[in-house]
This record gives sequence, structure tokens and C-alpha cells, in this order.
Amino acid sequence: MEQLIGRLLQVGVLLAAVVVTAGGIALFAHYGSQPADFRVFVPRVAALRSVGGILAGARALDSRSVAQLGLVLLIATPVARVALTLVAFIYQRDRLYVAITTLVLALLVYGLVWGRA
Amino acid sequence: MSLLLFAALVAVGSFGAGLLGSLTGLGGGIVVVPMLTILFHVDLKYAIGASLVSVIATSSGAAAAYVREGYTNVRIGIFLEVATTVGAFTGAVLAGFVPTSALAVLFGVVLLFSAYRSSRPREEHVTAQPPHPWAVRLRLNGSYPTTDGMQPYNVQGVPAGFVMMFAAGILSALLGIGSGVVKVLAMDGRMQLPFKVSTTTSNFMIGVTAAASAGVYLHRGYIEPEIAVPVMLGVLGGALLGAKVLARARTDVLRKVFTVVVVVLAVEMLYKGVTGGL
Repeated sequence: MEQLIGRLLQVGVLLAAVVVTAGGIALFAHYGSQPADFRVFVPRVAALRSVGGILAGARALDSRSVAQLGLVLLIATPVARVALTLVAFIYQRDRLYVAITTLVLALLVYGLVWGRA
Repeated sequence: MSLLLFAALVAVGSFGAGLLGSLTGLGGGIVVVPMLTILFHVDLKYAIGASLVSVIATSSGAAAAYVREGYTNVRIGIFLEVATTVGAFTGAVLAGFVPTSALAVLFGVVLLFSAYRSSRPREEHVTAQPPHPWAVRLRLNGSYPTTDGMQPYNVQGVPAGFVMMFAAGILSALLGIGSGVVKVLAMDGRMQLPFKVSTTTSNFMIGVTAAASAGVYLHRGYIEPEIAVPVMLGVLGGALLGAKVLARARTDVLRKVFTVVVVVLAVEMLYKGVTGGL
């Protein structure tokens, strides 16, 4: 089990890093000459702020969306780790920890998908 | 400054943060936010988003190795993640109301405390005392590998540790840090876990805690690819190199260097917070 969790974390980070690098190269090749000014916080268009919007943008090969998709994959890696832990507790018939892990997983998915705290 | 130059400089700075953070065990996350806000004049919200992403990357990378070595207590981790996750959501709600100046002051205090903790020697616990009744009910007691074989340990102070983890979650979301210092304080100080177990289990939990608030911040627009991409890749690269050269590095000297950097950034954050310059 520990081996599997370790492998999942490794693969998740690696996959995210590859997607982020690809999206990042395209992003900075395309917009690199524009001025950088992040002194004032201005939220992006809604498409870059939801999982569905990012997926749609990445499918259209928009460089910002691909980079953002890599970041979402990274955020999803610990969530997947909790899901895998849940499977392990179900397999062990450990009811108490199935309940505890389900609670943590539900909170994480809620935050990532609906974005409300 | 052009976006390309900005990204290159941020990546180099983040690489240094990741390298020093991994060599000293303090984590690179605590210097990313002051670096971005003070040096690069990035809005605190963007800095927090980028920092959280880098925290997830380094903690997941390191946790992958630790979990396999058998030090991590998965039950303790998942039980305390209830507290850190709820804390992270609470922090994300608070982040909408707390003024930037107050956050800067809080950040300065946390940086100073981290520097103080890292300069103190560590003592190993005697773990033969009877466990806390909750530890028995939740089956938190475990064992870990030592040179003399598997060594069992009992867990103390479960309620106090749980409450401190809630606080660690709030801090993580408010400041964009892993809160490893507070997590180790709870597990090492309150729950009396062996040092290896508390540091690795803390690291195991950091990714989940950061993911809870990062998910919420994604929807608010705090995670800006143009900043988060160079930060994530830089910190991750630095941390990976750090793990490779760790055995050959003079960590005592590096720790002192990093502590000085942290103290300087702490003073700067406190000053900016008090004068409202952030």
C-alpha cells in the first residue's frame, strides 16, 4: 500500500510538471514580450478559474489553459492520494477510517470542483 | 520588465528557495511569498496562490520517498487532515476579510518563529508512557524502523494536537505556506511522536492541506499561470537537486545562511505590514 501511495504521488507530480512545462514554454513564447505587471490583483476570465473551463481551453490548445491544467493536475495529486487511501481502508474493512477518509475526500473535492470554502 | 524576463528571474529565485529549503528541511514555501511580494512587487493574492502550488509539488515529491521508508503514520495523517482541511477552508474564508497589512505582520511573526525553531536542538522522546485514550480508540499508536529494528511508540495529547492542526490549516491558507513548523510542533511537542515520524507525517499532510485552499483559490483567480508556472518549476527543480546533494552538503552552515535570509525577510514583512507598503 505504502509503495502504491508513493508511486501515485511521484507520477502525479511528474505528469503535472510535464504539462506545466509544455504549457509554460508555449505561454512565454507567445506572450513573453508583453510587460509583466502583477502589482494589482485582477481576477482572470472565468474560463481559467474553473476545472471545466480549463479543460475546454486546454483541448483548444490555449497555452494559458494548458499551463493551468498542469497546475490543476498538481492540486489533484494529494486528492488522488486521499482517494487511494480510502480504497485501502475499504479493502481492510476499517469502518472508522473509511468514514474519516471519506470526510476528508469530500471536503477536498468540494473545494476543487465548486470552489467555495 | 517583459514577461519572459520576469518569469526567468522568478524561476531562478524559486530554484534557490527550493534548494535551500530542501537542504535545511525548512521547506522553500516560506520564502516564496516574501520574495514575490518584496522583490517582484507581486500582489499578495497571486503570491499566495503560486506558493501553495509549489508547496504541493515539493511535499508530494518528498512524501513519495518517505512513505516507502515506513516512517509515515498514515492513520495519524488522515485523522489530522480532517482538522487541517477544515482549518484551510476557514483560512480561505478569512483571507477575504483580513487586510493585507495584518497578513504581512502575521507572516513576519511566522517567519521569525520558524527561524527560532530551526536554530534549536532537537531531543528524541521517550515513548513508553501509556497512550492517550483517543489514540487507542483511533488506533493511532504505531511503530517505526530504527537501527535496532521496529520500535513501537504511543501517542499522547490527541485533542491538543487536533486543535493545533486546525490552526496550522488556517495559517496555511492565509499565508500560502505548508505550515510544517506548526504541524511538527503539534506532533512532536503535543503528541510526543518520534521525530522522524512527526516530520514525515507532517510532510505527508502538507500537500492535502495546501490542496484544500488551492482548490478554492483557483476559483478566485489567485492561481495565475504566468507566476505559478516559474515558481512551481523553480522550487521543484531546486528541491530535487537539494535532495540529491543533501548527503554531501554542509547543512549546519546552510541552515545558518537560510536562517539569516528568513530573519531578514521577516523584518521586511513586519516593516511593510506596519507601514502598509505591501
